[in-house]
Amino acid sequence: MKSLIENINKAFDHRIRLGIMSILMVNEYADFTTLKELLGVTDGNLASHAKALESENYIAIEKQFIGKKPNTRYNATQEGRKAFQEHIDALEKLIQKH
Amino acid sequence: MDTNNYLQDLKDIKDLMNKSTQFISLSGLSGVLAGTYALIGAFVAHYLIRTNTDIYVSVNSSLFQQLVLVALAVLFLSLITAYIFTVNKAKKTGEKVWNAASKRLLINFFIPLVTGGILTLLLFAKGYYDLLVPTTLIFYGMACLNASKYTLRDVRYLGITEIILGLLSVVFSNYGLYFWALGFGICHILYGTVMHYKYDRK
Repeated sequence: MKSLIENINKAFDHRIRLGIMSILMVNEYADFTTLKELLGVTDGNLASHAKALESENYIAIEKQFIGKKPNTRYNATQEGRKAFQEHIDALEKLIQKH
Repeated sequence: MDTNNYLQDLKDIKDLMNKSTQFISLSGLSGVLAGTYALIGAFVAHYLIRTNTDIYVSVNSSLFQQLVLVALAVLFLSLITAYIFTVNKAKKTGEKVWNAASKRLLINFFIPLVTGGILTLLLFAKGYYDLLVPTTLIFYGMACLNASKYTLRDVRYLGITEIILGLLSVVFSNYGLYFWALGFGICHILYGTVMHYKYDRK
């Protein structure tokens, strides 16, 4: 039982971080506005949670310009995909145990 | 955290994965109406061809121009209807009409469709009139199939049906207009009704 709990990743133990990862798992990339609309969060909130995931090396942040408008887009790294998959597997196993 | 929280987490993950890749505000009713326009268009075309006195149809004949006008009217009305109904449904479901998923849906729908449209015109210019019905049906089917990855599953089956009808219309080339009415008229009404009862009436 103890090993199962260990697989529950603290980095994903928040609704917004969980949401960001879910979206990036099935999309090649997503930009700031798209994430904001899908998750229904404020700019500051999203930025800080994205930053947290970036510092874990789970997502990559890419800043670029579309015309003159700055555009920030995110994608999940290999490491992030692996970690999130393990997190989902752990969640599923925990539910089956009960 | 207890089991309920984990369950809720998994549900949230699944919802967001679907929501971020699929545009679900397609309206079934607009399909029914588009099918109805197509059937009316097919009846008008049938009447025009019946009452036509020329033996040969050429690009410059008035019959051909009238038929093109009917086809364009059907297309235009269908697009307008689809747009209005989709905006309305998106308002109800709280989905944005112009989001990443709907953009991907449109791009992937229009690439095969425009290819088919250009091919049809080129074939027509070269005198392959018989291929008008198969190419429009097959490429419309391909467009639906391609777009279905980004929206409701039913669009995939509509696409496959259109492709089969398109291939059959080559074999039974004398019944082109009937296949066209079946594909663009009856199929839209059938699939539109199914989608309306499955998703819209919730």
